[in-house]
Amino acid sequence: MDESPALETTALTKVYGSGHTEVVALRDASMRVGRGEIVALLGPSGAGKSTFLLCVGLINPPTRGRVTIGGRLMQDGPRSLGDLRHFRRENIGFVFQKSNLIPFLSAVENVQIVGELIGRPSSVARRRAMELLDTLGVGPRALNMPTQLSGGEQQRVTIARSLANQPSLILADEPTAALDSVRGRQVMELFRDVAHKYGTGVIVVTHDHRALDVFDTVYEMEDGALRAASHAVANASMEAR
Amino acid sequence: MNLAIRDIRHSLGRFILTTIGVGLLLMVVMGMGGIYRGMVDDALIVTRGVGADLWIVQRDTRGPFAEVSRLPRSLVDRVAAVSGILDAREFVFHTIQREHGGKPLRMGVLGLGWPIDKGEGLPLIAGRPLAQNHFEMIADESLGLELGERVRLGKDTYTVIGITRWLVSSGGDGIACFTSRDAQTIQFDEPGESVRLERQARRARASEIDFGRTQPGVLQRATGLSGNIAALPGPAVSAVIARLAPGADVDAVLRSFEGWSDVTAYSGAQQEDLLLKGSVDRARRQILLFRVLLTIICAVIMGLIIYTLTLDKLHPIALLKLIGATNRTIVGLILQQSLIMGALAYGVGYLVGQRLFPLFPRRVLVTGDDLLRLAGIVLAISILASLLGIWKAMRVAPNDAIG
Repeated sequence: MDESPALETTALTKVYGSGHTEVVALRDASMRVGRGEIVALLGPSGAGKSTFLLCVGLINPPTRGRVTIGGRLMQDGPRSLGDLRHFRRENIGFVFQKSNLIPFLSAVENVQIVGELIGRPSSVARRRAMELLDTLGVGPRALNMPTQLSGGEQQRVTIARSLANQPSLILADEPTAALDSVRGRQVMELFRDVAHKYGTGVIVVTHDHRALDVFDTVYEMEDGALRAASHAVANASMEAR
Repeated sequence: MNLAIRDIRHSLGRFILTTIGVGLLLMVVMGMGGIYRGMVDDALIVTRGVGADLWIVQRDTRGPFAEVSRLPRSLVDRVAAVSGILDAREFVFHTIQREHGGKPLRMGVLGLGWPIDKGEGLPLIAGRPLAQNHFEMIADESLGLELGERVRLGKDTYTVIGITRWLVSSGGDGIACFTSRDAQTIQFDEPGESVRLERQARRARASEIDFGRTQPGVLQRATGLSGNIAALPGPAVSAVIARLAPGADVDAVLRSFEGWSDVTAYSGAQQEDLLLKGSVDRARRQILLFRVLLTIICAVIMGLIIYTLTLDKLHPIALLKLIGATNRTIVGLILQQSLIMGALAYGVGYLVGQRLFPLFPRRVLVTGDDLLRLAGIVLAISILASLLGIWKAMRVAPNDAIG
């Protein structure tokens, strides 16, 4: 079994603009997420959480620092090492605040397409998609279009899609923001189960402190700087467990 | 999984309406081509229908379709005597507008060289060819005449004994075929009063000269039938048409006419060329230019439609990029949609055109070659139209899906 971490960032820095308009969105952010580990990333709006996800998701290159995913160095400063879109397709799953399903595909097709993109035969991709939807409890809604699904169901389909390529890393940006607390907690528990079951590293950006007990590790971000969660937060997490 | 089909299925109503719109536009392009082709075909139908290898016309004129050409009837015998000529006959063609059944009746009058040509080669759909030298006519169905109907033209009445289809002049008027004698009678028909006045004028002119005053028989002859006066020319024909004997060289026969100072001879191909470059040339070019313009408009409209459809899909496209879809997948989505729209619109245009074109007053002749060429143009338009959408899609960044 591959023992390399799901994600390792080293002194990740992202600077927007220059001179008077320079904004440092990330400052030397270093993080290590093991396989099967679920990590919460807390912080106020504008702290740099989404920028961090964009950098580790290989969507927006950092100004400095390194991103290593599944043991493979992909980003060395602004320099990309390899075909990022191809790597994303096979190794990273994304879940966002809004469900972000493709509107002209049914629930099962939204999941199936990821499998087809990585070269699985259509029938295999579909079977795998149905399994994931069943696992996440939305199998009976597989043939529904996104507009026919509730917010919670849409988010489950999105999670199923993020798992379809059996990624080593899932990045979730406030996935429960549009859900009520009960549904929100269910989704967080789902991420934990997915991480533990599939050995996937999961990073969840969240504001919801009530579900922190679900996470193995909690990070806080402020003004672009990343640090381990304060004692208060960690204790709250432990007590909740 | 075919994303283009899935997207079309998702917004089926809008796609169908758009396709029908583009299809109707393509039908107009198809129709303009058909009108153009019909006009050319109509212009050539008479020249081809009479089966002439040579056209002998008045010296330095361009033939009966381009301008007035008058030749004596006796020229037929002179032409027939030329080496290499199989047979020769009169060709009479002119356009008249008379009244029949209280309505104006405009027709091209074509004289057939009876008894060699009785109209067997005409596109008859009912009735029979001419069976007698006088008072029978074969009418095109566009004239609205029935078999057995009697039409008075000048002093004589003619019976419709045959009906043709799509036998029209280059101006679009239906053609009626008579024997060349009858055609000339119709052409040179004058009212009785006019004939009487002309005879009186001849008598007056004759009485003013010594010859007339001293010879009473001359005055008497002057007031008689014009055909009996040797000094007056007989009715003219428009041209003399001839067929070549088997094995005769058309150029050699044409050269033998070069020494004749009263006529000019053209081969069948030269006459067709003169016809196309003459009377129908401007209309032909106008339609051709209009067709080109419509094709460009069609391309622009399709381009805008595909671009708009792409704008509606920018978020899903960003999402596809985010989950790792290749550019090929995204280009395929847009290009396939454009091609499907083009193909369906072409089918709609063709089917609607098949029903509408026969209702047009002039022939719309859509040929297989033209359809094939238009299919190629539609394919090119579909590809070109998708380029704008593809360009826009390529500029979408994956993180646009997140914002």
